[in-house]
Amino acid sequence: MTALSLRGMSKRFGSLAAVDDVSIEIPAGCFVCLLGPSGCGKTTLLRLIAGLEEPSAGSLHAGGREITTLAPNRRDFGMVFQSLALFPHLDVADNIAYPLAIRGHGRRARMERVETLLELVQLPGLGARRIHQLSGGQRQRVAIARGLAIDPKVFLLDEPLSALDANLREHMQVELRQLQQRLGVTTLVVTHDQKEALTMADLVIVMNEGKVQQAGAPMKIYRNPANAFVAGFIGQSNLLPCTLGSDGSVDLAGTRLALDPQDRVKTKPGPAMLSIRPEDLRPDPQGPITARVAFIRDLGESVQIALDFGETRLQAVFAPRERPDVAIGDALRLAPAPGGIVVLAPPEAPAS
Amino acid sequence: MSGETVHAAPASSVSEKAVPGWFGLVPAITLAVLFLIPFAIMLSVSVAHRVPGGFFEPGFEWTSYERLLSPFFGRILYTSVAISAGAAAICIALAFPFTIFLAGMRHRVQTLVLVALLAVLSLSEVIIGFSISTLLSRTAGIGNLFAAIGLIDGPRSYTPGLFALMTGLCYLVFPYAVLVLYPPVSRLDPELRDAARMMGAGPLRTFFTVTVPLMRAPVLGASILVFVFTLGAFLLPQVLGRPNHWTLSVHITDQAIFQSNLPFAAAMAIVLLLVALLLVGLTLLLGRESGGRR
Repeated sequence: MTALSLRGMSKRFGSLAAVDDVSIEIPAGCFVCLLGPSGCGKTTLLRLIAGLEEPSAGSLHAGGREITTLAPNRRDFGMVFQSLALFPHLDVADNIAYPLAIRGHGRRARMERVETLLELVQLPGLGARRIHQLSGGQRQRVAIARGLAIDPKVFLLDEPLSALDANLREHMQVELRQLQQRLGVTTLVVTHDQKEALTMADLVIVMNEGKVQQAGAPMKIYRNPANAFVAGFIGQSNLLPCTLGSDGSVDLAGTRLALDPQDRVKTKPGPAMLSIRPEDLRPDPQGPITARVAFIRDLGESVQIALDFGETRLQAVFAPRERPDVAIGDALRLAPAPGGIVVLAPPEAPAS
Repeated sequence: MSGETVHAAPASSVSEKAVPGWFGLVPAITLAVLFLIPFAIMLSVSVAHRVPGGFFEPGFEWTSYERLLSPFFGRILYTSVAISAGAAAICIALAFPFTIFLAGMRHRVQTLVLVALLAVLSLSEVIIGFSISTLLSRTAGIGNLFAAIGLIDGPRSYTPGLFALMTGLCYLVFPYAVLVLYPPVSRLDPELRDAARMMGAGPLRTFFTVTVPLMRAPVLGASILVFVFTLGAFLLPQVLGRPNHWTLSVHITDQAIFQSNLPFAAAMAIVLLLVALLLVGLTLLLGRESGGRR
């Protein structure tokens, strides 16, 4: 069942198209991450779905009903804001009970619900605290509890974890994902952190310059990026200008690479962009790629080796047991792992 | 700078020396000379002995204060406080929503409006009083406009009267109220209102459950400022009000200048000051009590 359906939604501010003709179907119970660099329109898209912005074009349907112009207070969505937007003049319990009070629930019912929610976000007994008495992580949990108070049809979160430090952020990613799976609520999270998206999402929507670049399961996007932007934004990738031959081989600045049947070709013969992940470069004495070791990072769990390959810099990652016995300045022969190469259309030259 | 190389003193002690400690006395002395001493003189005058037909001579008597205990002056005091409180309430009721509206506009428009409000501040009470008096008059006022478009049968005057007086007082203090309210209102995080909207509150509910509680302290502060300001107005009640709207300030002017009864004028001024302080204190106390409960 489709929980949310966006059809050709656009939002223009003056001459700038913050969101440009976005159409997405979001299944019920799905955890969606809107991923992109800052200024790509992901927050504007979330605010369009929330009803806090009115679209310049397109329509929005929720549960089979058109809600394009429905006021935000009548959508029954939950939302966690980037600033959290907790009310400083109310205590924790009254913050969480606010949407229930607006809907006229009695005091007893409200307080029971608050207790349940506080336990859900692992803050039992903190209802009487003032907001300024809480730590960053606790505020985060209160904001999530408040967003879930009415059992929202859709749960929207705008960069909810960006204010937390790295350790707590990873912990909260796992917790948020588990909470969502337990409740089964359709959830949309805006983030610029690709690890966050890969950790939590069923469906990742990569955006850039107001447009959807690619939408799909996280690993599908990682393995099979639709264009150079997605390949570079999700995970690390070596992006090399190349020429695609009509015989199933690529010419990499003079080095000929025969493509494996599992490799993906997404463009016509001619100038192209080759994408290969650092972990898909294997040491191989007969390998076609010869590069010079520029830097070695022994990180314990893995070894990262930066290599100079002609004009470009390659990144390769090996497990410690596979570490090639090389030093800086040595030549290293590498072969792409079968299926590791994606040949993409060359990035468009900036037209305007 | 070369002298410092031998005994390198920390930068902070150098900068402290730039502003010597006695410098803080300058505002204190200014305050004493310009405020406390005149106030002491006024206190002493209020208990001085009045020489009828003449001036006054030093002394100590409660005569002037006893005169104030009459129902007549009680009513004047009540009128003063009621008119000021009413004007303050109307002014804040207009200025607060206006400021919120202003803070939501584009930056260039906001600057223009604020500059216009500052320009209004340059108008003296006299000009405001006579402008509004003309505007509300029968011969040249808006009554003619209403008559011309058929709202009323013939031109009529709206001044003097309570309506004219309130209009004048509100006009006088409106810019102050907006200028005091503008900084906190413009700093209010718009996501707080968005959050209330997402949780089901309509615009009106959002205003009363989020904006008003968060802006209580600034609104209270602006109310006190406006109240105290109008309490001192002595010209507008004479120009725009009827004699029964004359406030204590008007009577103080009358006693001091036209009746040459300085002791009585001083006594009234002291009582007005005490009442104003009492009311401001009460307001602050009320604000803090419910503030602590928050």
